[in-house]
Amino acid sequence: MLIKKPSDIKASQITDRAAYEQRRTFLKAAALAGVGAITSGPAAALVKPAGKGEAVSGIKDSGIGADLTPTEYEHVTGYNNFYEFGTGKSDPARNAHTLHTRPWTVVVDGECEVPGEIGIEDLLKSYTQEERIYRLRCVEAWSMVVPWVGFPLGDLLQRFKPTSQAKYVAFETLVDTEQMPGQKRAVLEWPYREGLRMDEAMHPLTLLATGLYGELLPNQNGAPLRLVVPWKYGFKSIKSIVRISFSRQIPETTWWKYAPKEYGFYSNVNPDVDHPRWSQARERYIGEGLFASKHPTLMFNGYGDQVASLYSGMDLRKFF
Amino acid sequence: MTTNSESWLRFVAKPAVFVACLVPFGLLVKGALDGDLGANPLEHVTHATGDWTLRLLLVTLAMTPLRQLTGSTAWIRLRRMLGLFTFFYATLHFLIWIWLDQELVWGNMVADIAKRPYVTVGFAAWLLLVPLAATSTRGMMRRLGRRWKSLHRAVYAVGVLGVLHYLWLVKADLLEPLIYAGILALLLAVRWRPHLLRLPVRPGRTINVR
Repeated sequence: MLIKKPSDIKASQITDRAAYEQRRTFLKAAALAGVGAITSGPAAALVKPAGKGEAVSGIKDSGIGADLTPTEYEHVTGYNNFYEFGTGKSDPARNAHTLHTRPWTVVVDGECEVPGEIGIEDLLKSYTQEERIYRLRCVEAWSMVVPWVGFPLGDLLQRFKPTSQAKYVAFETLVDTEQMPGQKRAVLEWPYREGLRMDEAMHPLTLLATGLYGELLPNQNGAPLRLVVPWKYGFKSIKSIVRISFSRQIPETTWWKYAPKEYGFYSNVNPDVDHPRWSQARERYIGEGLFASKHPTLMFNGYGDQVASLYSGMDLRKFF
Repeated sequence: MTTNSESWLRFVAKPAVFVACLVPFGLLVKGALDGDLGANPLEHVTHATGDWTLRLLLVTLAMTPLRQLTGSTAWIRLRRMLGLFTFFYATLHFLIWIWLDQELVWGNMVADIAKRPYVTVGFAAWLLLVPLAATSTRGMMRRLGRRWKSLHRAVYAVGVLGVLHYLWLVKADLLEPLIYAGILALLLAVRWRPHLLRLPVRPGRTINVR
């Protein structure tokens, strides 16, 4: 980092105090609105619902990702990695009908003052559901754009009053071999587990999704509640969550534990750090034709302006 | 062989196998023309050509044990065609990688072959198939004589490398590559231990590698 001596800085480069403070207010407002958008756009700007499932009512338009073109609904809901329903990409869409998403309870425990449970209906009612269009980059070097519906994870976490001991947040998917037939085989260790550092979990971009394309999540996409961390590889965004725990220690997470040399705890999208078996420099956009070129992968999946500061000073080759 | 079974082989069995071997290719071409290869078309064509290479390789390797089991030499008459179709799908698989996956960036390809073991063994398997395809004609068989047999034993190595290629590229679910590995192991085992299938041991030809 270049540190300038006072003598190097011209008077014209010094920000006026009023402008500086105004900018702070702006940044705060932007953060509160969920980064990037200060005002809610008109409802007409929402992505057209797919007409395939139950609509989520009263969705607020966050304006986030308005410049992105969502991947077609059939691909978003037909091309999934959700090993609980089989390891093929079309297995989840075919098999996930066995999952019952009502009633559904999420247990919140660990290093917090008021551990407890919360039901999915309560979650849908208590938190304003907003639409956010995010890029989703899979560790397998493909990506899509998904119009999610949900609310910031941080809003839920605060309700349970994490203590100062809470350094990490751990998540677990349901285990039920009847509802999730893929769990009859120990392809991975069940339950599927994921985790975030506390500041990552509280980041305004980190979303708990309840829907996509204006409707409740299809089962194959992780109904009724899943995590979405847009600057990390897709497998970090755990599906069908039943437990959230605050912890002092770094939690063990499924893919990291399965192959620690291939999948790190952080797993931030990074074109400069290859997976040991394939390059991460470029990615294929789902929905493009057979002869389409790959596209360069963006650092932090294009969300670097918002999240890079979380990792300042860290060696991202070591903490991949 | 009677004239009847000879003409059955020539005019029914061989053309039928030929057409059957082209069906997966036809489906891929149709899918490409219709733009109907799914969400990730490149992945689809890569996996399909890879799968058919391995399947046809195993079918090719099954011909000798089938002759021993049934006593019919008709199987051996299909072997060259099956072997050449194996090479056809392997070459498609390789060309798709060069052209659509690596987008003709030669430096990246060389680097990938050097540093990624599953690419290394896949490339080696294809390379080994080249001389086998090139010497598959009757003329080459005659010219090479006994050496032809030794050369074509390389197909066993191709099988092992091909299965390793698959095993080393999957993320977590090893079931499918292990099924291929199991079938390959069986097909190789019966060549060295014919009694595993209770195959009749022919006098003077206990090991039949043709």
